[in-house]
Amino acid sequence: MNTTTLEQPRTGTWDGGNEPLKASYGKLMMWFFLLSDTFTFSAFLTTYGLIRHRHHAYTGPHDQFTFSLDHWPIPDKVFNAFPGLHGMDLPLAFVALMTMILILSSVTMVLAVEAGHRMDKNDVQKWLLWTLLFGCCFIGSQAWEWSHFIHGTEGGMTLADGTKIFGANLVQNQYGPPLFADLFFFITGFHGTHVFSGLILLIIIFVNTVNGTYERRGHYEMVEKVGLYWHFVDLVWVFVFTFFYLV
Amino acid sequence: MASHSHHDPQATTGVIPPAQTKAIWRTFVILCVLTAIEFAFAFAMEPSMLRNSIFIILTIFKAFFIVAEFMHLKHETKSLIWTIMIPTALLVWLLIALLTEGTYYGESIFNYFK
Repeated sequence: MNTTTLEQPRTGTWDGGNEPLKASYGKLMMWFFLLSDTFTFSAFLTTYGLIRHRHHAYTGPHDQFTFSLDHWPIPDKVFNAFPGLHGMDLPLAFVALMTMILILSSVTMVLAVEAGHRMDKNDVQKWLLWTLLFGCCFIGSQAWEWSHFIHGTEGGMTLADGTKIFGANLVQNQYGPPLFADLFFFITGFHGTHVFSGLILLIIIFVNTVNGTYERRGHYEMVEKVGLYWHFVDLVWVFVFTFFYLV
Repeated sequence: MASHSHHDPQATTGVIPPAQTKAIWRTFVILCVLTAIEFAFAFAMEPSMLRNSIFIILTIFKAFFIVAEFMHLKHETKSLIWTIMIPTALLVWLLIALLTEGTYYGESIFNYFK
């Protein structure tokens, strides 16, 4: 019965006994996935930059800005609405709130990861629930913003032939060139889809935590991996926020 | 799972050590302050190349804190840091190239229809 050699863990460098880059397999693959996702989002934002530079910029005074097909809109004239405060000009206020919600959700996620390192099941549950709550708040806010963007403002945009258009879809856009709306839908929509997938992953690991799956496994590495994904979603929002809403 | 590198032997005894959250909350405060500064510039300054540069620099700072602290990349091995950073850095090239291309493309169309 010479089976002991098979049961011994292999420890040599070329025997599979080490962790490449001193990270576990799952975390390393999550990093590589996120790197590929970085390329996807960079392609989107670079396309936004290319198309924006291909259009005329608005050069007149800031307070006399009107929506027109001839120039790219100023973001704080487009995104100036807030739920429940109809008709008030609150530039970027709602997107500021959304940014804060997402940063907060990132903090609660990293707190859940920290609790996982200490094998503190109750804390992991608590912080995962907070992360889920903030994530749902964010995606709800985005739904409201989309709805407002699609329905448009009371003024709308008057075209050269005197007709008025309200709101935006993939072919017409009251805020400026149609491509502006297309990019808005694609970039924030792709980000929103990522948040949605993140929420599903969070629900799965929350259920597993409550059931004690990770407690029995001896580590909360799955929480770390989902955490990496969740922070990445926050990271993408930081760039979307700058390039879509500020610049 | 003996291969897990963050496993704390103390945890198996059932005693839960106290939370170490100071660095996390400090990062949170930094991110909030940087966002607040971005908003201050958005309202206090007229749109210009300088303002856009300030936004981009502040964004890179924010990205650094999220990736380094929240995603823990600062505490990984150097080879992993470079594996992630070098391909990402090449995107700057893509961005500059396509912005230039967009400007050229736009101008050639505007001049053609003049």
